[in-house]
Amino acid sequence: MDQLDKNIINTLQYDFPICDRPFARLAETLNSTEDELINRVQAMLDSGLLTRFGPMYNAVNMGGALSLCAMKVPEEKFNEVTEQVNAFAEVAHNYQRDHEMNMWFVLATESQQELNDTLNAIENSTGIRVYNMPKEKEFFVGLHFKA
Amino acid sequence: MNQAVKNDNPDNDELDRRIVMATQSGLPVVANPYSQIAEQLEIPTQLLMDRLEAMKQDNRIRRIGVVPNHYKLGYTANGMSVWDVDDSIINEVGEQLGQLDMVTHCYQRPRFLPEWSYNLFAMVHGHDREEVRAKVEQIATLLGNKARKHDILFSTRILKKTGLRLKDKG
Repeated sequence: MDQLDKNIINTLQYDFPICDRPFARLAETLNSTEDELINRVQAMLDSGLLTRFGPMYNAVNMGGALSLCAMKVPEEKFNEVTEQVNAFAEVAHNYQRDHEMNMWFVLATESQQELNDTLNAIENSTGIRVYNMPKEKEFFVGLHFKA
Repeated sequence: MNQAVKNDNPDNDELDRRIVMATQSGLPVVANPYSQIAEQLEIPTQLLMDRLEAMKQDNRIRRIGVVPNHYKLGYTANGMSVWDVDDSIINEVGEQLGQLDMVTHCYQRPRFLPEWSYNLFAMVHGHDREEVRAKVEQIATLLGNKARKHDILFSTRILKKTGLRLKDKG
Protein backbone atom coordinates (compact mmCIF):
# COMPACT_ATOMS: atom_id res chain seq x y z
CA MET A 1 0.00 0.00 0.00
CA ASP A 2 1.61 3.26 -1.10
CA GLN A 3 0.54 6.87 -0.68
CA LEU A 4 -1.78 6.75 -3.72
CA ASP A 5 -3.58 3.67 -2.34
CA LYS A 6 -3.98 5.45 0.99
CA ASN A 7 -5.31 8.59 -0.70
CA ILE A 8 -7.76 6.49 -2.71
CA ILE A 9 -9.04 4.75 0.44
CA ASN A 10 -9.31 7.99 2.39
CA THR A 11 -11.09 9.82 -0.43
CA LEU A 12 -13.39 7.09 -1.73
CA GLN A 13 -14.73 6.23 1.72
CA TYR A 14 -16.59 9.53 1.62
CA ASP A 15 -17.98 9.96 -1.84
CA PHE A 16 -17.70 8.47 -5.30
CA PRO A 17 -19.19 10.90 -7.84
CA ILE A 18 -22.30 10.12 -9.87
CA CYS A 19 -21.31 11.16 -13.40
CA ASP A 20 -20.35 9.61 -16.75
CA ARG A 21 -16.63 9.22 -15.98
CA PRO A 22 -16.27 9.25 -12.18
CA PHE A 23 -12.69 7.93 -12.10
CA ALA A 24 -11.63 10.61 -14.59
CA ARG A 25 -13.12 13.26 -12.32
CA LEU A 26 -11.35 11.81 -9.27
CA ALA A 27 -8.05 11.62 -11.14
CA GLU A 28 -7.76 15.40 -10.97
CA THR A 29 -8.10 15.63 -7.19
CA LEU A 30 -5.94 12.55 -6.57
CA ASN A 31 -3.26 13.71 -8.98
CA SER A 32 -3.43 10.48 -10.96
CA THR A 33 -5.06 9.14 -14.13
CA GLU A 34 -8.36 7.41 -14.82
CA ASP A 35 -6.65 4.12 -15.78
CA GLU A 36 -4.37 4.15 -12.78
CA LEU A 37 -7.27 4.65 -10.34
CA ILE A 38 -9.29 1.86 -11.93
CA ASN A 39 -6.31 -0.50 -11.71
CA ARG A 40 -5.62 0.44 -8.10
CA VAL A 41 -9.23 -0.01 -6.93
CA GLN A 42 -9.46 -3.38 -8.70
CA ALA A 43 -6.14 -4.51 -7.20
CA MET A 44 -7.24 -3.53 -3.69
CA LEU A 45 -10.54 -5.40 -4.14
CA ASP A 46 -8.60 -8.45 -5.36
CA SER A 47 -6.21 -8.36 -2.42
CA GLY A 48 -9.03 -7.92 0.09
CA LEU A 49 -7.83 -4.51 1.28
CA LEU A 50 -11.22 -3.24 0.07
CA THR A 51 -14.27 -5.37 0.77
CA ARG A 52 -16.71 -3.37 -1.33
CA PHE A 53 -17.09 -0.73 -4.01
CA GLY A 54 -20.53 0.71 -4.75
CA PRO A 55 -23.62 2.17 -3.10
CA MET A 56 -24.18 1.48 0.61
CA TYR A 57 -27.90 0.98 1.05
CA ASN A 58 -29.74 1.87 4.22
CA ALA A 59 -31.84 -1.25 4.91
CA VAL A 60 -34.44 0.49 7.07
CA ASN A 61 -35.06 3.28 4.58
CA MET A 62 -35.38 0.65 1.84
CA GLY A 63 -38.46 -0.69 3.65
CA GLY A 64 -36.75 -3.45 5.60
CA ALA A 65 -36.15 -3.75 9.32
CA LEU A 66 -32.83 -4.00 11.13
CA SER A 67 -32.05 -4.50 14.79
CA LEU A 68 -29.21 -5.24 17.16
CA CYS A 69 -30.13 -8.05 19.56
CA ALA A 70 -28.34 -9.35 22.64
CA MET A 71 -28.54 -12.55 24.68
CA LYS A 72 -27.07 -13.80 27.93
CA VAL A 73 -25.97 -17.28 26.94
CA PRO A 74 -24.70 -19.69 29.63
CA GLU A 75 -21.08 -20.61 28.85
CA GLU A 76 -21.78 -24.36 28.65
CA LYS A 77 -24.53 -23.81 26.06
CA PHE A 78 -22.65 -21.24 23.99
CA ASN A 79 -21.74 -23.40 20.99
CA GLU A 80 -25.15 -25.01 20.80
CA VAL A 81 -26.94 -21.63 20.95
CA THR A 82 -24.54 -20.19 18.35
CA GLU A 83 -25.60 -22.92 15.92
CA GLN A 84 -29.29 -22.36 16.68
CA VAL A 85 -29.04 -18.58 16.20
CA ASN A 86 -26.81 -18.70 13.11
CA ALA A 87 -29.21 -21.13 11.44
CA PHE A 88 -31.60 -18.20 10.91
CA ALA A 89 -30.91 -16.58 7.54
CA GLU A 90 -32.17 -13.30 9.02
CA VAL A 91 -29.11 -13.19 11.32
CA ALA A 92 -26.63 -11.12 9.33
CA HIS A 93 -23.77 -10.70 11.83
CA ASN A 94 -23.15 -12.40 15.14
CA TYR A 95 -20.37 -11.56 17.59
CA GLN A 96 -19.30 -13.02 20.90
CA ARG A 97 -18.45 -10.24 23.38
CA ASP A 98 -16.84 -10.32 26.80
CA HIS A 99 -19.81 -9.34 28.96
CA GLU A 100 -22.71 -11.01 30.72
CA MET A 101 -24.61 -10.13 27.53
CA ASN A 102 -22.22 -12.26 25.53
CA MET A 103 -23.95 -12.79 22.18
CA TRP A 104 -24.74 -9.80 19.94
CA PHE A 105 -26.31 -10.23 16.54
CA VAL A 106 -27.90 -8.10 13.84
CA LEU A 107 -31.27 -9.17 12.45
CA ALA A 108 -32.12 -7.94 8.96
CA THR A 109 -35.53 -8.62 7.46
CA GLU A 110 -37.77 -7.13 4.80
CA SER A 111 -40.47 -6.04 7.26
CA GLN A 112 -41.00 -5.25 10.94
CA GLN A 113 -43.44 -8.16 11.23
CA GLU A 114 -40.82 -10.57 9.91
CA LEU A 115 -38.31 -9.17 12.41
CA ASN A 116 -40.68 -9.73 15.35
CA ASP A 117 -41.48 -13.26 14.14
CA THR A 118 -37.80 -14.12 13.82
CA LEU A 119 -37.08 -12.76 17.29
CA ASN A 120 -39.82 -14.95 18.78
CA ALA A 121 -38.61 -17.98 16.83
CA ILE A 122 -35.07 -17.48 18.20
CA GLU A 123 -36.41 -17.28 21.76
CA ASN A 124 -38.46 -20.44 21.22
CA SER A 125 -35.61 -22.37 19.65
CA THR A 126 -33.01 -21.40 22.29
CA GLY A 127 -35.19 -20.89 25.37
CA ILE A 128 -33.23 -17.70 26.08
CA ARG A 129 -34.55 -14.15 26.23
CA VAL A 130 -33.59 -11.89 23.33
CA TYR A 131 -33.03 -8.21 24.18
CA ASN A 132 -34.16 -6.28 21.11
CA MET A 133 -32.23 -3.01 20.76
CA PRO A 134 -33.18 -1.34 17.45
CA LYS A 135 -31.59 2.03 16.87
CA GLU A 136 -33.80 4.88 18.00
CA LYS A 137 -31.53 7.51 16.58
CA GLU A 138 -28.38 7.50 14.49
CA PHE A 139 -25.82 10.24 15.07
CA PHE A 140 -23.70 11.62 12.28
CA VAL A 141 -20.24 10.09 12.18
CA GLY A 142 -17.66 12.44 10.74
CA LEU A 143 -14.59 10.28 10.21
CA HIS A 144 -13.93 6.94 8.65
CA PHE A 145 -10.88 4.68 8.78
CA LYS A 146 -7.66 6.45 8.01
CA ALA A 147 -5.32 4.32 5.88
CA MET B 1 -38.89 1.52 13.11
CA ASN B 2 -40.25 0.67 9.69
CA GLN B 3 -39.81 4.00 7.95
CA ALA B 4 -39.66 3.01 4.31
CA VAL B 5 -39.14 5.98 2.07
CA LYS B 6 -41.93 6.23 -0.49
CA ASN B 7 -41.43 7.64 -3.93
CA ASP B 8 -43.72 10.44 -5.11
CA ASN B 9 -44.06 8.52 -8.33
CA PRO B 10 -44.85 4.83 -7.61
CA ASP B 11 -43.46 3.90 -11.03
CA ASN B 12 -40.06 4.50 -9.51
CA ASP B 13 -40.50 1.85 -6.80
CA GLU B 14 -40.03 -1.08 -9.15
CA LEU B 15 -37.21 0.68 -11.00
CA ASP B 16 -35.42 1.47 -7.73
CA ARG B 17 -35.75 -2.12 -6.63
CA ARG B 18 -34.15 -3.29 -9.87
CA ILE B 19 -31.35 -0.77 -9.38
CA VAL B 20 -30.74 -2.05 -5.84
CA MET B 21 -30.64 -5.65 -7.07
CA ALA B 22 -28.17 -4.74 -9.81
CA THR B 23 -25.80 -2.77 -7.55
CA GLN B 24 -26.05 -4.28 -4.05
CA SER B 25 -23.04 -6.48 -4.66
CA GLY B 26 -21.11 -3.49 -6.03
CA LEU B 27 -20.39 -1.39 -9.11
CA PRO B 28 -18.16 -2.61 -11.95
CA VAL B 29 -14.65 -1.15 -11.71
CA VAL B 30 -14.60 0.46 -15.15
CA ALA B 31 -14.37 3.98 -16.58
CA ASN B 32 -18.16 4.24 -17.01
CA PRO B 33 -19.71 2.12 -14.23
CA TYR B 34 -23.13 3.79 -14.39
CA SER B 35 -23.65 3.36 -18.13
CA GLN B 36 -22.65 -0.29 -17.80
CA ILE B 37 -25.32 -0.89 -15.12
CA ALA B 38 -27.86 1.15 -17.13
CA GLU B 39 -27.21 -1.00 -20.18
CA GLN B 40 -27.73 -4.14 -18.12
CA LEU B 41 -31.07 -2.74 -16.87
CA GLU B 42 -31.97 -1.44 -20.33
CA ILE B 43 -32.59 2.10 -19.10
CA PRO B 44 -30.92 5.41 -20.05
CA THR B 45 -27.75 6.21 -18.07
CA GLN B 46 -29.15 9.60 -17.08
CA LEU B 47 -32.22 7.94 -15.54
CA LEU B 48 -30.02 5.61 -13.49
CA MET B 49 -27.90 8.52 -12.27
CA ASP B 50 -31.04 10.51 -11.39
CA ARG B 51 -32.49 7.60 -9.39
CA LEU B 52 -29.21 7.05 -7.51
CA GLU B 53 -29.07 10.76 -6.75
CA ALA B 54 -32.69 10.65 -5.51
CA MET B 55 -31.95 7.65 -3.26
CA LYS B 56 -28.94 9.50 -1.85
CA GLN B 57 -31.07 12.57 -1.17
CA ASP B 58 -33.65 10.63 0.86
CA ASN B 59 -30.96 8.53 2.56
CA ARG B 60 -31.87 5.17 1.09
CA ILE B 61 -28.26 5.27 -0.07
CA ARG B 62 -25.90 6.36 2.70
CA ARG B 63 -23.08 7.00 0.26
CA ILE B 64 -21.36 5.54 -2.78
CA GLY B 65 -17.75 4.54 -2.30
CA VAL B 66 -15.34 1.92 -1.01
CA VAL B 67 -15.34 -0.06 2.24
CA PRO B 68 -11.86 -0.91 3.49
CA ASN B 69 -11.17 -4.09 5.41
CA HIS B 70 -10.30 -2.48 8.74
CA TYR B 71 -8.36 -5.55 9.88
CA LYS B 72 -6.04 -5.20 6.90
CA LEU B 73 -5.55 -1.52 7.71
CA GLY B 74 -4.30 -2.60 11.12
CA TYR B 75 -7.42 -1.79 13.14
CA THR B 76 -7.72 -5.23 14.69
CA ALA B 77 -9.43 -4.27 17.96
CA ASN B 78 -13.00 -3.10 18.14
CA GLY B 79 -14.84 -2.20 21.27
CA MET B 80 -18.51 -1.43 21.55
CA SER B 81 -18.57 1.40 24.07
CA VAL B 82 -21.91 1.83 25.82
CA TRP B 83 -22.97 4.88 27.84
CA ASP B 84 -25.75 5.73 30.25
CA VAL B 85 -26.73 9.27 29.32
CA ASP B 86 -29.74 11.24 30.48
CA ASP B 87 -32.37 11.24 27.71
CA SER B 88 -32.61 15.04 27.89
CA ILE B 89 -29.03 15.50 26.66
CA ILE B 90 -28.59 12.47 24.45
CA ASN B 91 -28.72 14.42 21.16
CA GLU B 92 -25.96 16.74 22.28
CA VAL B 93 -23.79 13.88 23.58
CA GLY B 94 -24.46 11.67 20.53
CA GLU B 95 -23.38 14.40 18.15
CA GLN B 96 -20.29 15.05 20.27
CA LEU B 97 -19.29 11.36 20.14
CA GLY B 98 -19.95 11.04 16.42
CA GLN B 99 -17.39 13.70 15.66
CA LEU B 100 -14.55 11.93 17.46
CA ASP B 101 -11.77 10.18 15.60
CA MET B 102 -12.18 6.36 15.63
CA VAL B 103 -15.90 6.36 16.40
CA THR B 104 -17.43 4.66 13.34
CA HIS B 105 -21.04 4.19 14.45
CA CYS B 106 -23.06 6.03 17.08
CA TYR B 107 -26.63 5.10 17.97
CA GLN B 108 -29.25 5.66 20.63
CA ARG B 109 -30.87 2.35 21.66
CA PRO B 110 -33.50 1.35 24.25
CA ARG B 111 -32.57 0.54 27.87
CA PHE B 112 -33.69 -2.63 29.66
CA LEU B 113 -33.83 -1.66 33.32
CA PRO B 114 -32.59 -2.79 35.70
CA GLU B 115 -30.11 -5.08 33.93
CA TRP B 116 -29.15 -2.80 31.03
CA SER B 117 -29.02 0.96 31.61
CA TYR B 118 -26.94 1.97 28.58
CA ASN B 119 -28.76 3.97 25.90
CA LEU B 120 -25.89 5.28 23.74
CA PHE B 121 -23.66 2.96 21.71
CA ALA B 122 -20.42 4.08 20.01
CA MET B 123 -18.18 1.65 18.14
CA VAL B 124 -14.54 2.48 18.78
CA HIS B 125 -11.75 0.97 16.68
CA GLY B 126 -8.05 0.78 17.39
CA HIS B 127 -4.86 -1.04 16.55
CA ASP B 128 -5.12 -2.95 19.84
CA ARG B 129 -7.31 -3.12 22.94
CA GLU B 130 -5.11 -0.69 24.85
CA GLU B 131 -5.68 1.96 22.19
CA VAL B 132 -9.44 1.35 22.32
CA ARG B 133 -9.44 1.58 26.13
CA ALA B 134 -7.41 4.80 26.04
CA LYS B 135 -9.81 6.27 23.49
CA VAL B 136 -12.84 5.36 25.59
CA GLU B 137 -11.20 6.92 28.66
CA GLN B 138 -10.63 10.11 26.66
CA ILE B 139 -14.31 10.12 25.74
CA ALA B 140 -15.27 9.56 29.39
CA THR B 141 -13.12 12.50 30.45
CA LEU B 142 -14.61 14.66 27.73
CA LEU B 143 -18.18 13.79 28.74
CA GLY B 144 -17.51 14.22 32.47
CA ASN B 145 -20.74 13.96 34.43
CA LYS B 146 -22.87 13.86 31.28
CA ALA B 147 -22.40 10.09 31.34
CA ARG B 148 -23.51 8.31 34.51
CA LYS B 149 -21.55 5.18 33.66
CA HIS B 150 -20.03 3.35 30.74
CA ASP B 151 -18.53 0.03 29.72
CA ILE B 152 -16.64 -1.47 26.76
CA LEU B 153 -17.64 -4.77 25.20
CA PHE B 154 -14.80 -6.23 23.17
CA SER B 155 -15.60 -8.79 20.53
CA THR B 156 -13.88 -12.08 21.26
CA ARG B 157 -15.10 -14.05 18.24
CA ILE B 158 -16.95 -13.46 14.97
CA LEU B 159 -19.69 -16.09 15.00
CA LYS B 160 -21.27 -15.13 11.69
CA LYS B 161 -20.76 -12.46 9.08
CA THR B 162 -22.82 -12.21 5.91
CA GLY B 163 -23.85 -9.15 3.96
CA LEU B 164 -27.30 -7.66 3.99
CA ARG B 165 -29.16 -8.74 0.90
CA LEU B 166 -32.53 -7.98 -0.63
CA LYS B 167 -34.15 -11.22 -1.63
CA ASP B 168 -34.93 -11.60 -5.31
CA LYS B 169 -38.70 -11.57 -5.56
CA GLY B 170 -38.39 -12.66 -9.18
